[in-house]
Amino acid sequence: MKPAPFKLYVPEDEQEILALLHEYGTEARILAGGQSLVPLMNMRILQPQVLISLNRCAALSYLNEQGGGYAIGARTRQAELEDSERVAQRLPLVSAAMPYVGVRASRNCGTVCGSLAHADPLAELPSVAAALEATFEIASVRGRREVSADEFYLSALSNCLEPDEMLRQVWIPKAGSDSKSVFLEVSNRAHGFAVAGLALSVDIDAGGVCRKARLAAMGLSETTLRLRPAEKLLEGKVLTEELVEEASAVSTEATAPYQDIHADREYRRRVAGVLVKRALLNCSETVN
Amino acid sequence: MSLNDLISRLFADPGDAGKKPSQAAAPERLDNHRVNVKLTVNGTVYEREVEARYLLADFLRHELGLKGTHIGCEQGVCGACTVLIDGRTARACLQFAAALEGAEITTVEGIAGDGPLHPIQQAFHENHAVQCGYCTSGFLLTTIEFLKRNPDPTREQVREALVNNVCRCTGYLNIVDAVEAAAVKMRDRTLDAGGEPS
Repeated sequence: MKPAPFKLYVPEDEQEILALLHEYGTEARILAGGQSLVPLMNMRILQPQVLISLNRCAALSYLNEQGGGYAIGARTRQAELEDSERVAQRLPLVSAAMPYVGVRASRNCGTVCGSLAHADPLAELPSVAAALEATFEIASVRGRREVSADEFYLSALSNCLEPDEMLRQVWIPKAGSDSKSVFLEVSNRAHGFAVAGLALSVDIDAGGVCRKARLAAMGLSETTLRLRPAEKLLEGKVLTEELVEEASAVSTEATAPYQDIHADREYRRRVAGVLVKRALLNCSETVN
Repeated sequence: MSLNDLISRLFADPGDAGKKPSQAAAPERLDNHRVNVKLTVNGTVYEREVEARYLLADFLRHELGLKGTHIGCEQGVCGACTVLIDGRTARACLQFAAALEGAEITTVEGIAGDGPLHPIQQAFHENHAVQCGYCTSGFLLTTIEFLKRNPDPTREQVREALVNNVCRCTGYLNIVDAVEAAAVKMRDRTLDAGGEPS
């Protein structure tokens, strides 16, 4: 089992990468960490004619403080965020989710932007990016543009990138002093693939009032799913036990998940409510 | 979403349906696109011209004859081909050798050099953590990185760290015992060396 033949480029700067994408378009794929792409190539499910490796483009490997948040480059490995003290302090939701992203050997190689762009419905990082309202910066020879997670994700394994574009950076705002975040996952085995998961970020003021709530679920839809009915319900109110129950109930009602061999639709719907309840209780505990 | 669903989607839509075609003509099919690559394996520099699609695992075994790196699933699931790239674990079946210019690779052949067994190998030996041995080199490399990051792990942390390595003999209990024993050996070695982590 070997990949079909392809032509490999390992350019050293971004302009060269974009020029190659412009030249080859749909024939080409970016090879970042390869942890999703290479298995698909080994199985010959994907047979790109051209691979453009980011391995030698060191300029795209960064984790920079920028404008009240952090900018993460296209070649920045997941393990770098996992090991970063700054990320633990300033992006606690990212830090909390990181151990769930694959395994250490894949996080050493896999990139943050690569996982975001792959758009696997059971990937953690897209939901984290959605809950934190991250900005996806897209580049091509035609210029740069910025989109939100809502705009970036179209459906399973499908994003809004044009054939000549790449995700060059994601920008994630820092957690404010009032914000709490929780990442939860349910899986059939202790360290296995998830059935569903939830990334939650809430701002709770000194009076216990929820000023802002962002809930993004994975495994409940073809792509990351913002639980907007729950967000609306929570904002402007004190997190009481009744409110938590209500948010849990609307989240179950608002989802119509897919089903597969790992979990049926009804189970996933129930899990949605349970995850919302657990996450919110976890937040109110850290508040009180 | 099941793997079958994903696969049928991928066949139906290579990920670019509805997008405009590339502006250039398709590149000529280069069945033998060969790339020159220079990398270091176990301290020795090798320069080779290889096919672009040559996986690192195959490069190590067929080009360099280092057959301690075993090939299991070739999709990054079983961990048999785990090696260190620049000191960090990676699955050699998910890397193209030609994209690793300048990298430093460590395989099981390189962990003890010409000396006696590495303390982790010794612990595997003493705890009977090797049955058929096919998975062992992957476990050893995973353990090297894990104990560097966490020199005094709990049993549960050991189990979690080994989640990406499959032992089809199911000899996990002895493997977990061995990693715990290895942690003690490594800490002793660090003390003997005057506190310098090795």
